[in-house]
Amino acid sequence: MVQLQVTNSPFNESQAELLNRLLPTLTESQQIWLGGYLSAMSLRGAGAATAAGEQPAPAAAAQGTLPAAAAAAPPLSREVTVLFGSQTGNCQRLAASLSRKLEEQGFKVTVSAMNAFKPNTLKKVENLLILVSTHGEGEPPDNARAFHEFLHSKRAPQLESLRFSVLALGDTSYEFFCQTGKDFDERLEQLGGQRLSPRIDCDLDYDEPVADWFEQVLGALNGPQNAPQLADQAVAAAEKADEPQSPYSRNHPFHAEVLENLNLNGRGSDRETRHLELSLAGSGLTFEPGDSLGVYPENHPQLVADIIAAAGWNPDETVPFNKKGEEGTLREALLRHYEITVLTKPLLEQAAKLSGAPGLQALLAPEAQQELKSYIQGRDLLDLITDFGPWNVPASSFVAILRKLPARLYSISSSYNANPEEVHFTVRAVRYESHGRDRYGVCSVHCAERVQPGDTLPVYIQSNPNFKLPANPDVPVIMIGPGTGVAPFRSFLEERGEQGAGGKTWLFYGDRHFVTDFLYQTDWQRMLKEGVLNKLDVAFSRDTEEKVYVQHRILEHSKELFAWLQEGAHMYVCGDEKHMAHDVHAALLTVIQEEAGLSPEGAAAYLENLQQEQRYQRDVY
Amino acid sequence: MANNESAVKPIGGPPSDVEHIKLESNYLRGALEATLQNPITGGLPEDDNRLLKFHGSYMQDDRDLRAERERSKLEPAFQFMLRVVAPGGVASAAQWLVMDKLAHQYGNGTLRLTTRQAFQMHGVLKWNLKKTIKTINDTLMTTLAACGDVNRNVMSSPNPYQSEVHSEVYEWARKLSDHLAPRTPAYHEIWLDGEKVVDSKADVEVEPIYGPVYLPRKFKIGLAVPPSNDVDVFSQDLGFIAILEDGKLAGFNVTVGGGMGMTHGDTNTYPQLGRVIGFARPEQIIEVAEKTVTIQRDYGNRSVRKNARFKYTIDRHGLEWFRGELHHRLGWELEAARAYHFDHNGDRYGWVKGYDGKWNLTLYIQSGRIQDQEGYLLMTGLREIAKIHTGDFRLTPNQNLIIGGVSSAKKRRIAELAKQYGLTDGAHHSALRRSALSCVALPTCGLAMAEAERYLPHLLDKLEPIIDKAGLRDEEIVIRMTGCPNGCARPALGEISFIGKSPGKYNMYLGAGFSGDRLNKLYKENIGEQEILETLEPMLHRYANERNSGEHFGDFVIRSGYVSAVTSGLNFHD
Repeated sequence: MVQLQVTNSPFNESQAELLNRLLPTLTESQQIWLGGYLSAMSLRGAGAATAAGEQPAPAAAAQGTLPAAAAAAPPLSREVTVLFGSQTGNCQRLAASLSRKLEEQGFKVTVSAMNAFKPNTLKKVENLLILVSTHGEGEPPDNARAFHEFLHSKRAPQLESLRFSVLALGDTSYEFFCQTGKDFDERLEQLGGQRLSPRIDCDLDYDEPVADWFEQVLGALNGPQNAPQLADQAVAAAEKADEPQSPYSRNHPFHAEVLENLNLNGRGSDRETRHLELSLAGSGLTFEPGDSLGVYPENHPQLVADIIAAAGWNPDETVPFNKKGEEGTLREALLRHYEITVLTKPLLEQAAKLSGAPGLQALLAPEAQQELKSYIQGRDLLDLITDFGPWNVPASSFVAILRKLPARLYSISSSYNANPEEVHFTVRAVRYESHGRDRYGVCSVHCAERVQPGDTLPVYIQSNPNFKLPANPDVPVIMIGPGTGVAPFRSFLEERGEQGAGGKTWLFYGDRHFVTDFLYQTDWQRMLKEGVLNKLDVAFSRDTEEKVYVQHRILEHSKELFAWLQEGAHMYVCGDEKHMAHDVHAALLTVIQEEAGLSPEGAAAYLENLQQEQRYQRDVY
Repeated sequence: MANNESAVKPIGGPPSDVEHIKLESNYLRGALEATLQNPITGGLPEDDNRLLKFHGSYMQDDRDLRAERERSKLEPAFQFMLRVVAPGGVASAAQWLVMDKLAHQYGNGTLRLTTRQAFQMHGVLKWNLKKTIKTINDTLMTTLAACGDVNRNVMSSPNPYQSEVHSEVYEWARKLSDHLAPRTPAYHEIWLDGEKVVDSKADVEVEPIYGPVYLPRKFKIGLAVPPSNDVDVFSQDLGFIAILEDGKLAGFNVTVGGGMGMTHGDTNTYPQLGRVIGFARPEQIIEVAEKTVTIQRDYGNRSVRKNARFKYTIDRHGLEWFRGELHHRLGWELEAARAYHFDHNGDRYGWVKGYDGKWNLTLYIQSGRIQDQEGYLLMTGLREIAKIHTGDFRLTPNQNLIIGGVSSAKKRRIAELAKQYGLTDGAHHSALRRSALSCVALPTCGLAMAEAERYLPHLLDKLEPIIDKAGLRDEEIVIRMTGCPNGCARPALGEISFIGKSPGKYNMYLGAGFSGDRLNKLYKENIGEQEILETLEPMLHRYANERNSGEHFGDFVIRSGYVSAVTSGLNFHD
């Protein structure tokens, strides 16, 4: 048998070494089995990158088959590549919906996550539609990172023949609103691409702008002669297609009865984490471990009352709830329909038109960017109303400038199979003081203070295809979830317990204090006893003089963790994005570097590869 | 070592589960090393918890929070009680300061002086046990054998400065304690990283006195110096009553077979008084103690733990059998018991000058609990005193505290500090309150069926107006309360006692001897506060009006026919 080397094979040194050790030990039947297994695996990978299992025909060949009649004007290509970068699944779902629309109209569509798309085929793409969200400080989602990096590198090809359009999802309350979408839009233009239609940046309430973008994109692809028959309902259709068995969705939430609402923190804790159990009976809603629950909260009644009083409005005045013509009292509108706890630049710009207060104008001046940023930080509508009155406008005009109260997404912490017709979720109450006033997280404090068993909460299921247990129950699973990040892993483990799965499981958990903050402690203890959970490593940061976090536990178990990865373990990280996910990522790089004897770049490539293979999935926020 | 010629055989029956745990523990090691480190639970498995007791600690949990935490998917708030051995209740000022510091650093910020003159610290988390025990050992104290089926903290009358004999007796208490301490290296391995505070000689049995399964049950020794029976010598498994002749310690009368614990509803269990079996010279008592312990080791009931105490061994086989067995093992005989007289078992409060010219201040400590409260900074005051004190601290068997060995030069400063922090001899309290004793009970004790430490002060608040009205404010009446019948506050020796049955309900006992020489008797069963007050009020008024001169309450209730006198535990349930 040939000795594999870096020079005579596509493998790196450590891979070659492993294969050289393994291959001579295989029996003939093992070799045959492995050969078949590997080809099947690569086929499945390729299949995922195409719609309806169809390989995209090379662009040149497709053009060659076009009728001569099209000679006068260059024919519009009927092939479209749809790429999405999605963290929580929104862009992925919208991409699928758009693809169906396109196919209905006769387009040949290739739809793919950005990290499943081969960048060297980009040169051949003629119509490119990009749907991408933005995270944290203007960062791309995990499955968009590599493609984003490639496009911005020197290796990016010139794309003179490319027509493209970008749909960007984001949140105007973040400084780098829709930054990733903007990056792609700008870069594709730089590389010579031409816009099919302008980029649209969507705020949390994205239904309408998404429908607009679909319409514009389809119009441009069809050309001016045959105006598109575009469904305004594209988005709704997308969601229907996604959960065909239930009539309930983001736009039509199910009012689920609260069965249980308890505090997971013990007395004496400075934290409050609620565990809620809701009934899905009669809704037809189901979900898989890793999915999220969208919850429509209510604003704090005191804040609503204070805003109305500060503005001098009448709480019973009738105002619109939305642009669809629904209406009701002002109090009701501010409680359930409009966002009142976050200030955004667009909101202040609109408000400036309704108030003569010179201070507000000054804040919006181009040179006052820093002041604007620091004003927005930690303030809410009550501040705006008090600081820049008087507001000589009727409440009905004022509410029209407010954003719709968005649903909050929470990782589901139960398995549907283990608890049929129920959904559990975990939410930490957010309370803090800012600018001399107590502030409350809208949904978390609503759940903590004003939701009792017997009440209902409007909810929907948000599936997250990028945070899923391996299909094979025998594959080992490593879960890293400090704080409320542990929620989905309760769901994972309940599911594995239901399946009687054979794969090993390992959970890393951390919080502040062992005695009061060990979320779901008795559940883990039971799962350990039952063998559903095989290893649990914990880090409590405030119990010892030196703070310890999950990443320290990961480093302590470097050898074993790497061995699990080599055995094919899938690894999951859930929780805080800003600090935890970065620190854990760095710790994983260290583990791989040390245990595999790789360079920093080699370790990064190893982890990147795990991500590509869906073996390193994150749900971070 | 058993007396093969004896006609009496050890009791049969399969050994209890605890006997198995001990046997398999490899001299108290068990899996403690590993389970102490398990980071997923703040508790220990039951087997290791059993063994941990020998190391001076009990796993407990805050029972007030149990239901609430279960709902929150949290395990019980496991925490550990640590008991520190202090023979005769003596600790240096430096040791006091260490205990104070540990209580704040790792405990719940309080200390408790036990009814056996030991320190107790509550609320220590599993992760802090080792650090705490190590620090205690660094200050030359130990937790080893503070609990478990071994000889416990040896009690002795805590006021050595009142006579030379007291300090001599204390020295014997210390020697008994050392002699009967377990020898297993497990303690040092687990808590002190293998450091050995005492060299263990090679080629010697690991436990020459106890053997691999230790005793069937706990074993208690106390030394009394008449006329004070503050150690309740008749409640001890083995008691020594100092005999003074010409102002010198001639030796001790030996008592055997006392004990407090019983089980509600089981008349095969009962409190019992120790009985005097003879006299030994001072230098003989270590040998007497060792042989007595080995007899209990060989003959105690290892099948049923609630019948395993030494008192049942004695009552089963008879005093004569025991005397014979002891003489056989000793190879010599005890002399005939000598005359003695006790007249009380309480403490004498306030400043007293000792035989050596030094001063002692006995402070009243409610329920033995050292803590700072709003308006009463007891713990801080004692800490400030400890900082300048050159003498020692003495824990009394009544859970009070003596600032001992104060030089005339320091007396003024210490008196000032005591005044500044309101530390009190209890003179402003009724004599009833000053004579009260209670165990810890809820929320930490796993055995408690009802409140004790947290409730007795409230009951006294309601009793005091009654005794004031009856004119009994300065009358010492021994009153005791425990949350269960295991007897930590020696309830069978209270003139008035309450033993918890269920939350808010107690059995009421009356008629023990004022000097601890007679057991009390069940008077009313399962009664709440209202009935307690309604029962005691007329009784106390009658006592005030009808008592003979100098007659104690315990004697009065017998003479008046409320209860009959119980002079042996065998009649306790009659």
